[in-house]
Amino acid sequence: MTSTHPAVELDGLTKSFGAVTAVDGLSLRVQPGEVVAFLGPNGAGKTTTIDMLLGLSRPDRGTVRVLGGTPDDAVARGRVAAVLQTGGLLKDLTVGETVRMTAHFYRHTRPAAEVLERAGITDIADRVVGRCSGGQQQRLRFALALLPDPDLMVLDEPTTGMDVEGRRDFWQALRRDARRGRTVIFATHYLDEADAYADRIVLVRQGRIVADGTTAEIKNLAAGRTVRATLPGADQAALAALPGVDAVEVRGDSVLVRTGDSDAIARHLLTRTAARDVEITSRNLEDAFLALTTAQTGA
Amino acid sequence: MTTSTPTRAAVTEPDRRLPALGGFAPGALGIELRRVLRNRRTLAFTLIMPGVFFLIFGLPQGGQSLDNGRPVTAYIMISLAVYAAMVATTSVGGAVATERALGWSRQLRLTPLRPAAYVATKLITAMSLGLLAVVIEFLVGAVAGVRVPAYVWLLSGLAAWVGSLVFAAFGLFIGYLAPAENVMQIIGPVLAVLAMFGGLFVPVEVLPDVLQQVAKFTPVYGMGVLARAPLTGDGVSLAAVANLVVWALLFGVGAARLFRRDTARV
Repeated sequence: MTSTHPAVELDGLTKSFGAVTAVDGLSLRVQPGEVVAFLGPNGAGKTTTIDMLLGLSRPDRGTVRVLGGTPDDAVARGRVAAVLQTGGLLKDLTVGETVRMTAHFYRHTRPAAEVLERAGITDIADRVVGRCSGGQQQRLRFALALLPDPDLMVLDEPTTGMDVEGRRDFWQALRRDARRGRTVIFATHYLDEADAYADRIVLVRQGRIVADGTTAEIKNLAAGRTVRATLPGADQAALAALPGVDAVEVRGDSVLVRTGDSDAIARHLLTRTAARDVEITSRNLEDAFLALTTAQTGA
Repeated sequence: MTTSTPTRAAVTEPDRRLPALGGFAPGALGIELRRVLRNRRTLAFTLIMPGVFFLIFGLPQGGQSLDNGRPVTAYIMISLAVYAAMVATTSVGGAVATERALGWSRQLRLTPLRPAAYVATKLITAMSLGLLAVVIEFLVGAVAGVRVPAYVWLLSGLAAWVGSLVFAAFGLFIGYLAPAENVMQIIGPVLAVLAMFGGLFVPVEVLPDVLQQVAKFTPVYGMGVLARAPLTGDGVSLAAVANLVVWALLFGVGAARLFRRDTARV
């Protein structure tokens, strides 16, 4: 590639549906060749962002640039392709016919046999789509996305609804392909997928990016421990004001304190408050994910 | 050429030009046609049933003549050809509803195919199936002994076929009105009622007076009159032409408006 443009430039993207702000001032820049996981819980705004990235919907505010141009142009030139949750397939076409028909819409594509092979569905090319499993249909969508040999591949929760084997096959196909230097952005709410397949993780919550970095950097965010105790009527503000406290969460009679100094917090809880059942746990990527993507006070 | 990454070096840079005609391609049209012809329900209702109707309701009228001496069987055959063509074109247009319900139209938005090229493909497919429906009905008639001058075959067939464009538009209109997987099960009976008012099952003249007046304003009436005109020798009334044009415009504009609403990006 000789292009010097970023693969994706999102700037201040905002999108509301009625009173709900799905995407709230989101800015993101992805360089060519990066494999980026867009990680967040359901309702975090991942799909809405991807729809705007692909030109399927228009932002209320903000701008989208894909490979230096508009999303519509990038799609029409086959520079960007996508595997979406919502894209349907015609049940009465065969797998091979679906690929060949889609290929006709482009000026130039990779050969149908090649994309079927790369998606791992050569053996079911003559099968009618309506008789394919969910995983096979998803690999067909992937084959369709491979047709234009896109510079940027976008996948929205591509393995939702697949069994473990299906997920593994799908990611293997994607990884084989990613070695070609393509930029890949995928949305997922599976931590292990983000961890295993992305160079970079962008964590989103409530339409905003709450963390952005390499997998290692995101894991470092989880450094420290969580102190959990039973403490009816906990004074959240007072606890949050203690030195070394990152976040305080009250769940019913339980209080969870995320901190870099668990000893001091445990001592405080046991000596200055009525807390009991104190537990101290170290945090992992999943905790970091939860801490960063769950609604909470403070930022 | 600048230096590429080693993995890309052997791969030629893809052709990134836009497709001609918004992605409209004969190859895709061919697959679309094959797909339609594989659909057993479509074949049963558009290609087989009208022919069977002729054998059941047309043949017993053999030997009877119209006022101008032409056979009644030809009148019935042409009427049923109009019916076959309208069901055929409606079903292809209406399939848009299925494709929207399945999410295929959303999938297509991830390709260079422009919505107008998609609609063009649907229209051509609809008119192809409509032509096939007319030809098969006429073949059944011819084999069963219907004899009329060549110009009647040609002009009546042409009128039945071109008139069915109204229903290709009607099908698209319904297709963009509501996404439903089995839209034809809903429209089928509607088409039958319209065909009745259009004089395709019995001549409009045998209907009660009030219904005859109503019939003149229903969408099949115009195409029925036009298709039978070469046979009956009756002049083509302005009312029949106006009927055809107005309904074609109504459904065409309606489909276009719904189509724009559907493809608008919100």
